[in-house]
Amino acid sequence: MAKVLMKGNEALGEAAIRAGARYYFGYPITPQNEVSAYMAERLPEVGGVFLQAESEVSAINMVYGAGGAGARVLITSSSPGISLMQEGISYIVGSEIPMVIVNVMRGGPGLGGIQPSQSDYFQATKGGGHGDYHMVVMAPESIQEMVDTMQDAFDIADQYRNPVMIMADGMMGQMMEAVDLDKPKKATRDLPPKTWATTGTAHHAGRNVINSLDLSPVNLEKHNLDLKKKYDDMTKNEVRYEMYKCDDADIIAVAYGTTARIVKNTIDMAAREGIKMGLIRPISLWPFPQQPFDETVDRAKAYISVEMSTGQMVEDVRLAVNGRKPVEFYGRTGGMIPEPKDILAKVKNILGGVK
Amino acid sequence: MAKVVYEKPKGITDAITHYCPGCTHGIIHGLVAECLDELGVLDNTIGVAPVGCAVMAYNYFNCDMQEAAHGRAPAVATGIKRTLPDRTVFTYQGDGDLAAIGTGEIVHAAARGENITAIFVNNGIYGMTGGQMAPTTLLGQVTTTTPYGRKPEVNGYPIKVCEMLATLEGAAYVARVSVCDINNIRKAKKAMMDAFRTQIEKKGFSIVEVLSTCPTNWGLSPTEALTWLKDNMIPHYPLETFKSPWGVK
Repeated sequence: MAKVLMKGNEALGEAAIRAGARYYFGYPITPQNEVSAYMAERLPEVGGVFLQAESEVSAINMVYGAGGAGARVLITSSSPGISLMQEGISYIVGSEIPMVIVNVMRGGPGLGGIQPSQSDYFQATKGGGHGDYHMVVMAPESIQEMVDTMQDAFDIADQYRNPVMIMADGMMGQMMEAVDLDKPKKATRDLPPKTWATTGTAHHAGRNVINSLDLSPVNLEKHNLDLKKKYDDMTKNEVRYEMYKCDDADIIAVAYGTTARIVKNTIDMAAREGIKMGLIRPISLWPFPQQPFDETVDRAKAYISVEMSTGQMVEDVRLAVNGRKPVEFYGRTGGMIPEPKDILAKVKNILGGVK
Repeated sequence: MAKVVYEKPKGITDAITHYCPGCTHGIIHGLVAECLDELGVLDNTIGVAPVGCAVMAYNYFNCDMQEAAHGRAPAVATGIKRTLPDRTVFTYQGDGDLAAIGTGEIVHAAARGENITAIFVNNGIYGMTGGQMAPTTLLGQVTTTTPYGRKPEVNGYPIKVCEMLATLEGAAYVARVSVCDINNIRKAKKAMMDAFRTQIEKKGFSIVEVLSTCPTNWGLSPTEALTWLKDNMIPHYPLETFKSPWGVK
């Protein structure tokens, strides 16, 4: 099929439907409202269900119920709404319910603003809710990549019985780009049947219970260690990243999502001035990629994490570099977008100071 | 020859319950299970357990179960029912779960006319956490957080959940019953049968509020607790069918 011009929020909804999602529960919040509108119109056409909940708290518990009943289910929100869902996400991980959660990030803290931001990195990757938990967090840089990621996100969720979060931002949700909806690769994973789903005992062997409570510390520790094994497998199998012009780079930027595209422009601008700059673009924010740092650390003079935050991913960059080279930071926040000329000025400043 | 007059319903597992001696949760569990058995829907039922005394109800009901976060059972049940509309879906919730932290979820499930059944166990106190004031605690009632009795100027007034939900068009069946004696237990069973029939016939949201006792946290013997319920709770929470698809007498 030819490319179509689509808004990011609508494209991600369509991609989820094409990935087999037939259930969507949500609550209005800017800048992701087009997802709800799109799903409200499209899902009935494909025999699915759209339901507007009375709050994000209720919506995340609706997807808990639907996912627990075996549905392939999508939920989307934006930063303050995602905060309200944190309790539910902790329960969903604890009860091992697969689903895809999309955060179209906006500026915070508190009510914040409605312009693009990347200030929910900690919340997404370090477990915003209570308890020891992780989920695979994917950060596409374009609407096409967001569409391409959706099938994989649902399949990863089903394979590990764990939610997957896609981190977009207000820029990606609101802008329109040409997108090929047929491009995503078809499902290739051999997914386990959902024999655990609560569909009624007439429909499966035994009695199924979806639950995260265990009052025995012996059993609860075992449950946590079983979950840890899944996180270890995810860390081994689900790392995604792109390396852009890193081969002979003196300075390597680390950026994801919208910011990574801005950095790519900056790299071209830097090249015209004879500055060799590269980019490590984590596509999986968790598990965070270690390999590209190990490959570049001997050659690079310094790294710079560029984010729409006051410095969150930079902590993981420091862990990955582990003191071997300086790690700098440049960020804009509150809905302000980094500009290539300002990133480049910072890069020049760093290179001037690095021997 | 010996004749069986009562046996454990198929809807109840063999697990030994954790409920305190004299607690009426066991009776209410039994009634729900009997209804699911008699309506022939047990193996097509998904129950949703609350947080509170009935948190481990998933061990006792012999059907598929989901354990919800505190107060969120109606939202979880909504997700299940919208996914599997031909199954019977019920929530089993206490007064703290349903009428305090989960007020939003129960009101909107009722307003949507969500085809689920809520079994609402009202004993006027938080049991699991050790006897704190509930939204349904009576004025003057002593709890660990109202040691001088519930005072309206400090704690406001007890919520009459059925009366409130009955104002919503989506609520099709709304009834308050008690399990304080044999006659009332029979009436409670009939109300639950009607509530599940409301769901099975897709007539909308149904709720049965069951006035229940908490001898442990009320500081009374089981029989004293039943008398206390009759003397104090029923005058404030009248036993009544507020709404029914088949009309209210």
